Amino acid sequence: MVALPDSIDVESKQPLAGSRRWASSDEAKGLTLISPTLLYALALLFLPVLIVIAYSFWSQDYLTIDRSFTLENYRVALSEPIYRDLLWRSLTISLAVSLITVTFSYPVAWFISFHGGVHKNLWLFLITVPCWTSYLLRVMSWKVILGYQGVLNTGLMSIGLIDQPVTGLLYNSNAVIITLVHSWAAFAILPIYVSLEKIDRSLIEAAHDLGDNKVWSFLRVTLPLSLPGVISAFLIVMIPTVGDYVTPKLVGGKDGVMIATAIQAQFGKGANWPLGAALSVTTMVIVSAMAGCMVLALKLFVRRIK
Amino acid sequence: MSGRHGIRKSRWLPVYVTAYLAFLYLPILLLPVFSFNNAASTTFPLAGFTTKWYASLWGNTAMLAAARNSLIVGICVSVLSTGLAICAARAVTRYKFRGQRAATGLLMAPLFLPEIIVAVSLLMIVLQLGLELSLATVILGQTVFCLPYALSVLISGFDGFDRSLEEASLDLGETAIGTFRRVTLPVVAPAIISSLLVSFTISLDEFILAFFLSGTEPTLPVYIWGQLRFAAKLPGVLALGSLMIALSIILITLAEILRRHAENRLKAGAAAHG
Amino acid sequence: MVDTPMIEIDAVSRYYGIYRALDDVSLDIAAGEFFSLLGPSGCGKTTLLRSIAGFDTPTSGDIRIDGQSAIDLPPNRRPTNMVFQNYAIFPHLNVEENVGYGLKRLKLDAADERQRVGNALEQVRLSHLGKRKAHELSGGQRQRVALARALVMRPKVLLLDEPLSALDKKLREEMQVELRTLQKAVGITFVLVTHDQYEALAMSDRIAVMFGGKIAQVATPKEIYQHPLTRQVADFLGGMNFMQAKITSESAVNLSVETTRFGNVTIAKPKGFTATNGLATIGIRPERLRVLWDDAKADCEVTGHVVDRHYFGEITHLIVDVPGLEKPLSVSETNNFGADDIPVGAPIRLAYDPDALVAMAD
Repeated sequence: MVALPDSIDVESKQPLAGSRRWASSDEAKGLTLISPTLLYALALLFLPVLIVIAYSFWSQDYLTIDRSFTLENYRVALSEPIYRDLLWRSLTISLAVSLITVTFSYPVAWFISFHGGVHKNLWLFLITVPCWTSYLLRVMSWKVILGYQGVLNTGLMSIGLIDQPVTGLLYNSNAVIITLVHSWAAFAILPIYVSLEKIDRSLIEAAHDLGDNKVWSFLRVTLPLSLPGVISAFLIVMIPTVGDYVTPKLVGGKDGVMIATAIQAQFGKGANWPLGAALSVTTMVIVSAMAGCMVLALKLFVRRIK
Repeated sequence: MSGRHGIRKSRWLPVYVTAYLAFLYLPILLLPVFSFNNAASTTFPLAGFTTKWYASLWGNTAMLAAARNSLIVGICVSVLSTGLAICAARAVTRYKFRGQRAATGLLMAPLFLPEIIVAVSLLMIVLQLGLELSLATVILGQTVFCLPYALSVLISGFDGFDRSLEEASLDLGETAIGTFRRVTLPVVAPAIISSLLVSFTISLDEFILAFFLSGTEPTLPVYIWGQLRFAAKLPGVLALGSLMIALSIILITLAEILRRHAENRLKAGAAAHG
Repeated sequence: MVDTPMIEIDAVSRYYGIYRALDDVSLDIAAGEFFSLLGPSGCGKTTLLRSIAGFDTPTSGDIRIDGQSAIDLPPNRRPTNMVFQNYAIFPHLNVEENVGYGLKRLKLDAADERQRVGNALEQVRLSHLGKRKAHELSGGQRQRVALARALVMRPKVLLLDEPLSALDKKLREEMQVELRTLQKAVGITFVLVTHDQYEALAMSDRIAVMFGGKIAQVATPKEIYQHPLTRQVADFLGGMNFMQAKITSESAVNLSVETTRFGNVTIAKPKGFTATNGLATIGIRPERLRVLWDDAKADCEVTGHVVDRHYFGEITHLIVDVPGLEKPLSVSETNNFGADDIPVGAPIRLAYDPDALVAMAD
């Protein structure tokens, strides 16, 4: 019975009527209010990223920067075996991590959304608490757990399940993947949960009413409708993990090194900023493209089931 | 409850969720366990209870200096990012303007970027401008990184804030400044405090930006990173880590309670719209 | 009416770009009047109310409150107070603090302030809930708090923006009576915005019906219901059987028309009436047609047969096809005599009073 307040809904369509009115319009007030924050982000996020891109087309000659345009850095980044391998490994690891994280998180998000009852918020809070603790400490903890003389090995030995420590738990890509999956769990659960919450429960009842069983109603109704959440979960896990620095350093060993280590080196001892910039840009571009493909593939997959 | 939506709860799902929670909590619970263990290594069986690792922290001047740095950075970052996020959240929730999506997108971008790229790009611009790496550069960098979190907390806090509350105040004779003081501020205060706590926690735990931008003044995570090379320092790091984890959990719980409190009040405020 | 109106709306227009929310609106509202602005969503009624309150600034025109131009005054300096559609109860304050909110600015002494808050709460029968917080109140209670909070300021004009729309039907009807009684008791000018025609009819001294940013008619509820000036007004307030009639003669105040089934009648000519092709739109309300039972006779009758029937408890709507009329007549009859039992298809005779016929501008 609530009528739309008829002045409010009109205001949003308001075109500009002269500059004097514009100054007191929503548009002007909104822009003025957000401008400090926006300028800050432009200066310390957008501008730096532009500079990285610019540097990637320049070259370094000992201590001076040669500002003539070159694609040499990209050639090196894409063809030097060491960078190519690192890039490849980083991409596969981030793909694996995002796939595993999303797959394992989905049931948890589903459980909280559909069976969380009155304690939904508490559940969500419990899930997110570990993610607010220091990332570095959590990675360190995994090192302690997985080490040769670590918690897992000594624990299993002390209860007599194994006689001697299992090697190969630590210092390889598996250790990196486990640690990253752990770090990003909450980031995957939240967006999926949000999109599940938005699903009108009567739609699922309707699917059952129309003859779908549990599995089919999930595949044809719940999953497609929660797809936006799944997609943002993918993006929010895949893109940041590709450039992870701490985890490969601490638990990756030689076999688990990722591209971030190489990037960092160019800004430290290697001191080749243009190459470091090109590596960063290449990583970002490829991972974005890969993420785009994943999103497309997911959409196609869901469309086929429907 | 189960079955009402034609969605039956399966028996293994709660088990799975419990296992998942155990997986999430295992690492952060292990640190405190071993921080009280009377041995320098992290092996089972445990070697007995001790508090000596905590006691050893007290005389550690390098650690205390790092803690002081973290405190300074954390306070500055939380105030700065919350202040900036207040403007943005207010603009986004109260006004409609062109470019709104692009602007929010930019502010939220750090969530979707590898941190190393943010760190590297900031490092380049700082050195390019000829500035010294210091706590100030860490503060500037971490503020960018905290903005998306502060912004989400504040947007959800401001969202339920009805414009008519301010209009009602003006209508009852209050001035614009008085309205801000007597209505706007008290109603959104919990969200603001919550945003301060969240930003502080992130800053306290943040490593990459601090690592790249801190120069010679380490924050706690950077200090810990330096200690990890020495196996003998591990127990001390475990004790310090446990304290930091405890602090993070306390702060984030407080933030959550405040956020929930604010949300409930506003939800009730908007309920009459039914 | 009183000599000086309490509110004078003088040629007020409000444009949003090319969209005209208010289009040259002029209106006087007398002191002590219960005045309603009635119309569908988007007709400009809320814009007009918010312009009186000071939340919206007209593009042109003037608004005078108690003889003083208020157009340049901010809301906090106008002698008006508002009851918001969603009540806008401050969530961080309790009931007493909400009601006392505006008084704080007046710097009264504490006892005086308490007294006024107490009286206001008593007026809306909420004295026992003074310490409750906003979220502990029901919809009806929140509405009363909003009312008390505005009344305690002793405004010259109380503005109410769809104050009852969030309440359920039963409570809404109770509050209509209560608001009306309260208004009579305090004697303050009330300006109510509503899209509910029954609410406006039941509560108001006068109603302004608005469409598309313009005022279509301003009159008492009875006048507006019985003599709608335009087809739109008639349609918005209750049902109406419309038909076309040929104009036989036209004077300054009257129209003589020839109808197909209602004979030749002379009726009052509405303001702003213009004939199109020598035809006029006339109409009769469904309840002004009466079923004639058995041998009963009336001076004026039409005959037809029932094509449909809708039962509404105390009344029945009959749809009666009358040969020669472009549309079947809608008849509203009480069920006292068995109108609910008239079978579909039955022949029927209807009585009417020629005075019940009205002419309307299109």
